[in-house]
Amino acid sequence: MFVRLSAAIAALSILGSAALAQGAKPTDPQIAHIAYTAGVIDIAAAKQAIGKAGNKDVKSFAQDMVRDHEAVNKQALDLVKKLKVTPEDNDTSKTLSKQAADKLAELAKLKGADYDKAYVANEVAYHKAVNGALETLLIPSDTNPELKSLLQTGLKIFQGHQNDVGTAVHAGAGARGDCRTGAGGDDPDRDAGLGVRADGGFGQGRRQH
Amino acid sequence: MQDLVFAPTEVSAKVGDSIKWVNKDVFAHTATARDGDFDVNLPPKKTVTSVLSKAGTIEYYCRYHPNMNAALKIAP
Repeated sequence: MFVRLSAAIAALSILGSAALAQGAKPTDPQIAHIAYTAGVIDIAAAKQAIGKAGNKDVKSFAQDMVRDHEAVNKQALDLVKKLKVTPEDNDTSKTLSKQAADKLAELAKLKGADYDKAYVANEVAYHKAVNGALETLLIPSDTNPELKSLLQTGLKIFQGHQNDVGTAVHAGAGARGDCRTGAGGDDPDRDAGLGVRADGGFGQGRRQH
Repeated sequence: MQDLVFAPTEVSAKVGDSIKWVNKDVFAHTATARDGDFDVNLPPKKTVTSVLSKAGTIEYYCRYHPNMNAALKIAP
């Protein structure tokens, strides 16, 4: 677990420091590129999970990720086209992509319950990192109201996933319902509770399989 | 529904009434009764109509976004 936690912290600091290293806030074309890249990364991870995951709830969570992130990214493409903004590649996007490719290769070597556990842990870490970056860096830096609004929608969907990933491995819809009580999108205790729910949830799920 | 919430969160209706589900999001949603009474698929940017067949207070949620919760009060 220490390894996974430190991976989350590393991802978060990469999102922050790469942008800061450029000595300025990211520009709108860079923000669009980073947000789109973040979506593509999660879709790629989810597609791998759909093929590899053994637990049906993990698989179903992965299908949710593909559906939602493809929807956000499609909307993002439509918007940048309308705004005539050309997304611009940048160090943050490059670092994210490189790190994600490494993670995908690492996960590809795992099998069965080990894979499921590693995928879920990575999703928890990744969503947390992206939410942090959206909230503290990307949304405040963006100057276009329409792009900002799309990023806010993105944040909302990522936050929902962050809550849901903790319960993704519970067996059966009933258990998922119980788990979610009080874990609404605006719940200020969300972050504090997530780690416990994610690990506890997975433990329960595994025992039942 | 819009921005990943059901609005209003509580609606009163009667058995036989038609419910018009308007999904204004780019995301696919569902309106799924917790007791299994109905499970309506709501594609992005689409409107779907369903008819209420049973009385009672029925809590429902979105299977894809389980943070989305609401209830229907259905009179006989």
